[in-house]
Amino acid sequence: MEFNEAILSYDSVDISYNGQKVVKDVSFQLHKGEILGLVGESGSGKSTLIKACMGILGDGGMVTRGDIHFGQKNLIDLPEKELRQIRGADIGMIFQDAGASLSPIRTVGDQIIESQMAHGKISREKAKENAFSLFEKLNFREVDRVWNSYPFELSGGMNQRVGIAIALLMNPPILLADEPTSALDVSVQRQVVEEMIRCRELFGTSIIIVTHDIGVVSAMADTVLVLKNGEMMEYGKASEVLNNPQNDYTKLLLSAVPKLVRK
Amino acid sequence: MDTILKAEHVVKIFDTQKKSSTKAVDDVSFELRKGEVLGIVGESGSGKSTIARMITGLIPITSGEISVKDVQKKNKRQLYDKVQMVFQNPVGSFNPRKTLGYGIGESLKNKGINKDVIDKRVGELLNLCGLEKEYAKKYPHEVSGGQCQRAAIARALAIEPEILICDEATSALDVTVQKQIMELLIKLKKEKELSVIFICHNLALVQMFCDRVIVMCNGKMVESGTADEVINNPKDDYTKNLIDSVYC
Ligand SMILES: Nc1ncnc2c1ncn2[C@@H]1O[C@H](COP(=O)(O)OP(=O)(O)OP(=O)(O)O)[C@@H](O)[C@H]1O
Ligand SMILES: Nc1ncnc2c1ncn2[C@@H]1O[C@H](COP(=O)(O)OP(=O)(O)OP(=O)(O)O)[C@@H](O)[C@H]1O
Ligand SMILES: [Mg+2]
Ligand SMILES: [Mg+2]
Repeated sequence: MEFNEAILSYDSVDISYNGQKVVKDVSFQLHKGEILGLVGESGSGKSTLIKACMGILGDGGMVTRGDIHFGQKNLIDLPEKELRQIRGADIGMIFQDAGASLSPIRTVGDQIIESQMAHGKISREKAKENAFSLFEKLNFREVDRVWNSYPFELSGGMNQRVGIAIALLMNPPILLADEPTSALDVSVQRQVVEEMIRCRELFGTSIIIVTHDIGVVSAMADTVLVLKNGEMMEYGKASEVLNNPQNDYTKLLLSAVPKLVRK
Repeated sequence: MDTILKAEHVVKIFDTQKKSSTKAVDDVSFELRKGEVLGIVGESGSGKSTIARMITGLIPITSGEISVKDVQKKNKRQLYDKVQMVFQNPVGSFNPRKTLGYGIGESLKNKGINKDVIDKRVGELLNLCGLEKEYAKKYPHEVSGGQCQRAAIARALAIEPEILICDEATSALDVTVQKQIMELLIKLKKEKELSVIFICHNLALVQMFCDRVIVMCNGKMVESGTADEVINNPKDDYTKNLIDSVYC
């Protein structure tokens, strides 16, 4: 597939927590409609890398070198007020720990309505209608019960789907998905992957998906970036990286993937 | 093989404030044998974590019975010594104001073991789970998802339980670390006859490491058998659909 303009670009980025460098010299470009798979060792900096462009590294975390451009804007220099407008509406995020990213004291329905109304003119009824139709696609059995539940009343995978719904309902041009399917059974996982691919087809959504599931990467990614110990090991077309890896770590990673043995 | 845990006609109903109730677990019976790895797979929201929480006594059983060998009913102390659990959400299972090392060593401290011995043991446990001992000094929010998950596994192994319940304990790990953890569990199974309940969405991993498998759907146990039987010769429609959904 051919890409034109880069919508998000990382240029020689270093990131540190309390002076300790955890991401080193990472550069890549995400184009309109592209799906980038970000894979690699646990603790290699994948979550850190995608949190950086949202300005949500937390206390002690900072980009110490390089630039992150979103269109014409350098996200590194942007004041918090402007970043807040970009978050959710322009760059959506599905968090690795979905349960913890939801408010524990408000119902799922209230949280979804609030997040949708915060950024645009939409009525409560319309917001609810949109959510219900997405919930159906995400294989929820009892849509009404989920809507009226608090996060603690839902399973790990149900909360993860709520997190996915909140991000997708904003219909952002860029979606950063951190392990979005790790708590889902494979049949729901397939629904979620298909839904993300549909967003790309319908709206040209650009997606970075962080995952340990190489099957998911090969099902949806156009490009793949392999990270180890904060450094880029390999970056290129998904078909090439997955079928003909050049780097030793990538080879090791691919060879360790457990495969279902069908007789 | 001896039976070490037995669940008989277990039901869990959650009553929520709006007078509605959810049957999360619906008449589930199974046995865990000593030295066995039993996989539980199935639909998201089908009651897997709820079963795990009932076994460990975190939530009461609505009806039916779960018995663990040599543990008297309602004796939480005895149960805790025998059965340990790795929670589905590792970050939330650690006290945010205490270091990971404190959390891992806490059960040893409660047994009156002295501090030097605990520190050494915590370091060893971290190493076993693929983390350097320096991670003992970190707080839960200062580590990656997979690092926290490994600390949670180290914590569950600290008092050398006879039964380990892993609720999605490897889902945040890359495949090389995942392999290391599975090899550790298999080693403990062989050397110490550890029995494991392994709740997992990764069917390939389940096939590779579990002796037997239970399939859950909508609160019910729809199928059980050896890993190969269930995966290569599924009887239930839900199981068939699940296996057909695997990417590869
Ligand atoms: N808030 C923080 N303070 C200090 N160190 C941190 C913080 N967050 C992460 N780290 C460290 O930065 C490194 C990268 O962490 P990150 O969460 O980005 O990894 P990851 O690739 O997402 O891993 P995983 O696959 O396990 O989720 C790790 O070594 C981690 O311990
Ligand atoms: N505290 C609670 N109050 C009310 N309902 C609950 C509570 N905890 C769980 N449930 C409900 O019980 C059902 C089973 O949840 P459980 O967490 O056991 O599922 P699971 O099989 O572990 O799913 P997943 O694979 O997504 O983690 C779900 O419908 C959930 O909404
Ligand atoms: Mg991460
Ligand atoms: Mg669960």
